[in-house]
Amino acid sequence: MLPPTLSFILRRLLHGIPVVLIVAVGVFVILEAAPGDAVDAYLAQLGGGDASLAADLREQWGLDRSELGRFIAYLTSIVTLDLGRSVAVGGSVVEAILTRLPATLLLMGASIAFSASLGVLLGGIAALRRGGMTDGVLTLGALILNAIPGFWLGLILIVVFVVWLGWFPHAGFGSINGPRDPIGRSLDIAWHLVLPVTTLGLTYMALYLRLMRGAMIETRASTWVRAARARGLPETRIVRRHMARPALLPVVTMLGLQAGTMLGGSVVIETVFAIPGLGSLAYLAVSQRDLPLIAGVVLAGTVLVIIVNILVDLSYARIDPRMTDERLRTGVG
Amino acid sequence: MTRSGWVGAIGLGLLVAMALLAPVIKPRDPLDLVGRPLLEPFADPRFLLGTDALGRDVLAQLLYSARVSLVVGLAAAAGAIGIGIGVGTVAGFLGGRVDGILMRISEAFQTVPTFLLALALLSALGASTANVVLAIALSSWPATARLVRAEVLSLRQREYVDAARLAGLGPLTVAFREVLPGALQPVVALVGVTVGAAILVESALAFLGLGDPNQISWGVMISNGRQAIRVAPFLVVIPGVCVALAILSVSLLGDGLAARLAPQRRYLS
Repeated sequence: MLPPTLSFILRRLLHGIPVVLIVAVGVFVILEAAPGDAVDAYLAQLGGGDASLAADLREQWGLDRSELGRFIAYLTSIVTLDLGRSVAVGGSVVEAILTRLPATLLLMGASIAFSASLGVLLGGIAALRRGGMTDGVLTLGALILNAIPGFWLGLILIVVFVVWLGWFPHAGFGSINGPRDPIGRSLDIAWHLVLPVTTLGLTYMALYLRLMRGAMIETRASTWVRAARARGLPETRIVRRHMARPALLPVVTMLGLQAGTMLGGSVVIETVFAIPGLGSLAYLAVSQRDLPLIAGVVLAGTVLVIIVNILVDLSYARIDPRMTDERLRTGVG
Repeated sequence: MTRSGWVGAIGLGLLVAMALLAPVIKPRDPLDLVGRPLLEPFADPRFLLGTDALGRDVLAQLLYSARVSLVVGLAAAAGAIGIGIGVGTVAGFLGGRVDGILMRISEAFQTVPTFLLALALLSALGASTANVVLAIALSSWPATARLVRAEVLSLRQREYVDAARLAGLGPLTVAFREVLPGALQPVVALVGVTVGAAILVESALAFLGLGDPNQISWGVMISNGRQAIRVAPFLVVIPGVCVALAILSVSLLGDGLAARLAPQRRYLS
């Protein structure tokens, strides 16, 4: 028998197949709804071509068939990981996505970690000080942050920390003439990522703060916390193990639900800070009306969200002791 | 209603007043070049909030932008909630295979990064206000659908529903006329959030240049102001504050209404 974690991952990946399939149908409908097809776009890039070349290309790419035939051709191309050619970047769509992926993964990973840890910390403090000044300030701050558009916050941070104070580089993912050694290069990239991660993290932090505060107010009033007090446990241990740990569960669930929204948010943040990731690739695709490219980014984003959700559920199992190996294997719980 | 709910109501009222009175306060086209470029706010009484890099009146642009944000925000949220109610009722009431398929579809919509989906839709259909509304509505209905489905599931076994069935009403009539009204109350809690999210997405799409090219909106103003951000940051600050106030107002009002209409439910607060 497979180890429980592995069988859990496999089962969840299988579960993701129908989701990807439905998204593929949706993307196909969008592609069909647009005027012109991939051959038109390709010929426009070449500078034109005669009718026989267009007909040959359509036959070669499976575009001369009926709707169903085109859909099957499209599905085949997804399964074989050949998402066509991009006019905007002048190469294969899959290659463009793969080169842009690391920057987005770094940006999203750091932002998720930043927003979740800060939200959990501040939400916990607000719950412990419920009704007081600190709680009021934090709750109001969360409300305001929740209403602020991320791209605007990014521009304001650029004005303050780049234009006025000159503390951080203006944009990009690393200096062109920056250090070449691995450590220097990592530091350079981290330096460039401070403002974008702060922007993306702060706009999503508010949600986790409110969730953590609500959940911890509940656990604080629970019978098991009263029992822990009666047993004379030290207060810090009660707060950490008996209030905060169970209160983390809804926050972790929300992390998975928010993965897709955050990837969408990174589109705008990446264009503000000129980070060469999936988001700015999507923007490039849209501004050049490169439909195969935008379709590929949507599919890649979906797969990415499915993977993030599997990781989130695995960490859920680590936080919640009720999730035993057996439950993980069978999917009950 | 709660005190914060009233604050939201007043904020939204001000926005509606801005939108409605725009032609009265500033009768000229907000995109006309009317003064010296990059005039600071309060420097000239004719242009209270200054002028942008092309010499256009910032206050006039701000007022007319309120129209786009409110109309798109409300229309997209209405569309999303409408689709959600329809899908949720059918799925919850019919159950079985239909429910399975509809829930898989809503799961797919919750998994796909919806902002990317909106970008794809707009690049296929072209940028216009109607398409922006469509793109936002299509990408934000699943939350309502899941909520309505859960309510309908808990209501459909009630005796009055059986009575309606026995009276010979068709399944869809029973679902929408008898079951749905009882399932609507919790949806109120989602209205504020949905409208706020729609306003936010509209501003982001406009900022990226995907709104109606002939219409001014706060997102467009921020995008234009970005070119002159080093010399005139107020051109970015002012419209951004408006977006934030609009979203804050609708979410406060939404929370207030929800607390009043469905007090037995617990909310994030």
